[in-house]
Amino acid sequence: MNHWIVVPVVLPAMVAPLIVLAMRNDLLLQRVFGLASSVVMVALAGGLLWSASVNPPQAYFLGDWPAPFGIVLVLDRLAALMVALTAVLALVVQLYVVGSGWDARGKHFHALFLFQVMGLNGAFLTGDAFNLFVFFEVLLIASYGLMIHGGGRDRLRAGVQYVAFNLIGSTLLLFALALVYAVTGTLNLADLAVKVASLPPGDAALLRVAGVLMMLVFAVKAALVPLQFWLPGTYANAPGPVAALFAVMTKVGAYAVIRVYTLAFPTETAATGTLFADLLAPAALVTIAVGSVGVLGATTLARQAAFAAIASMGMLFVAVAAFQPQATSAALYYLVHSTLAGAALFLIVDLVADRRGSGALHGASVPFVQSGLLAALFLAAAVALAGTPPLSGFIGKLLVLDALRDDMVLVWSVVLAGSFLMILGFARAGSHVFWKSQASAPDDQTDDRHGPDALAFAAVFALMAGLAALTVFAGPVTAWLDTTAQGLHDREAYIVAVMAREGEG
Amino acid sequence: MEVLIASAIGMMTASGIYLLLRLRTFPMIVGLSLLSYAVNVFLFASGRLTVGMAPIIDKAAAGYADPLPQALVLTAIVISFGMTAVIVMMALGAYLHSGDDRVDMNDSSVGDER
Repeated sequence: MNHWIVVPVVLPAMVAPLIVLAMRNDLLLQRVFGLASSVVMVALAGGLLWSASVNPPQAYFLGDWPAPFGIVLVLDRLAALMVALTAVLALVVQLYVVGSGWDARGKHFHALFLFQVMGLNGAFLTGDAFNLFVFFEVLLIASYGLMIHGGGRDRLRAGVQYVAFNLIGSTLLLFALALVYAVTGTLNLADLAVKVASLPPGDAALLRVAGVLMMLVFAVKAALVPLQFWLPGTYANAPGPVAALFAVMTKVGAYAVIRVYTLAFPTETAATGTLFADLLAPAALVTIAVGSVGVLGATTLARQAAFAAIASMGMLFVAVAAFQPQATSAALYYLVHSTLAGAALFLIVDLVADRRGSGALHGASVPFVQSGLLAALFLAAAVALAGTPPLSGFIGKLLVLDALRDDMVLVWSVVLAGSFLMILGFARAGSHVFWKSQASAPDDQTDDRHGPDALAFAAVFALMAGLAALTVFAGPVTAWLDTTAQGLHDREAYIVAVMAREGEG
Repeated sequence: MEVLIASAIGMMTASGIYLLLRLRTFPMIVGLSLLSYAVNVFLFASGRLTVGMAPIIDKAAAGYADPLPQALVLTAIVISFGMTAVIVMMALGAYLHSGDDRVDMNDSSVGDER
């Protein structure tokens, strides 16, 4: 067994309590330990990514119990990709937090941050549906703390909404898992894939109910219409860097849909057929529409970034809902792109709001000191999210559109009209915020709240460099993702990796 | 027994959802607790209802009670307990900051505070 598979979960789980217990009053030590573990995680994730690329899926049996009796972690290409994406994003966001001084505005930022990373990694690596629920709760409870970090009336009230919405989601997920267990007698995903294929027809209706309930929960996580209401208020009120980290939290929902529905409920299953694809596809199209209209009509920059996140989830799910390898590969490319681009936009919005004093997009324009750098970064992030050339958003959208040639009329028109609305919305916001609002720097720099924040800009530039790299190396990346998607759709290797040891025990 | 358990789950779910829709923090928290009780009983019932059976597979035994849902219920209870504590604290904080315990917010001021 490759013991490195469990380290992305264990490492933050060890360091975070250490930070809470031993260095709660020392911000410098917290920063050193937080950043050090993020750097180690990036190295580790790189190693796992390499290991997953050259090997078939590998299972890690906790306590050495054979599946399906024990809990398994499974490292395949998709899981390794998500873990690597999380590790890179976490490091960048943490650099930004240290550079902008957000972690000094409340206690325990770094500990909560590491617990969040632990939950994310666990959710990506687990091969067990109930364990998925547990890791969802770990990442959610850490996100509740991060979301209200820094306090304030609106942030707390938005936090209560966010927690309530997610608690209802968790309850639904438990109902779904209980149904799955009652029908199939297993919660191990690989075992579930085997059991669902040979289900007696009498149980098919119950299984469909369980599958749809589970999809509702993942749709809550992924902010798919009509379950997107929590997202704008939460992301707009969360601290900027936390919202940037949350860019990967919506992707957890997308990951869970890809994982569970390609593995356990593929479209050729007799009991469920194309039910889930039929439900997801229209919801995804409406999500694009809602997101792009929201980008056009948003009242603040942060809300605009939140609606851009919703639109990108719609785009992602249009491709996921096709449930065939080419579209899944396009979806994964767009997933990586939209995580980096969305996070960059949230960080830039935080930088703007910090200098400008507000992110409002209505009323008189607020003059603020700027050098053109912020405006250029905003332009680059807007170009990436709206999906115009030259950045990776264009390639991502092109791949999705190319994969969905069959529904050209409907899908293409919604996607292209949505992109047009997003360009309009971002152009309106950019001209309101950055044009004709130049103020000269005051003579005394004494009221500078944060001091030099080169580290914060470095973090934003790192995300931009990631987007540029994703554009330049689009060829090798898509080739790698094609193999990944192929592996997801012929499930044999995954099932064998988990279930092969059954006979030995 | 089946009727009793099914109607208990149904009534707790219905009252929980009704309380959730009240849009005040205290009824909402009570509603969430009721929902989590309902789901705990539901999880328990997913291993089939048995009376007086041991949770151990034995060739001589006539049948057995499924122990796995009991473990799942324990996990779910612990998690929902922790989550309830978190939301109570956050709701208290929100109430003390704003002097209002409504859950819904108006959009005009949202996202402008730092």
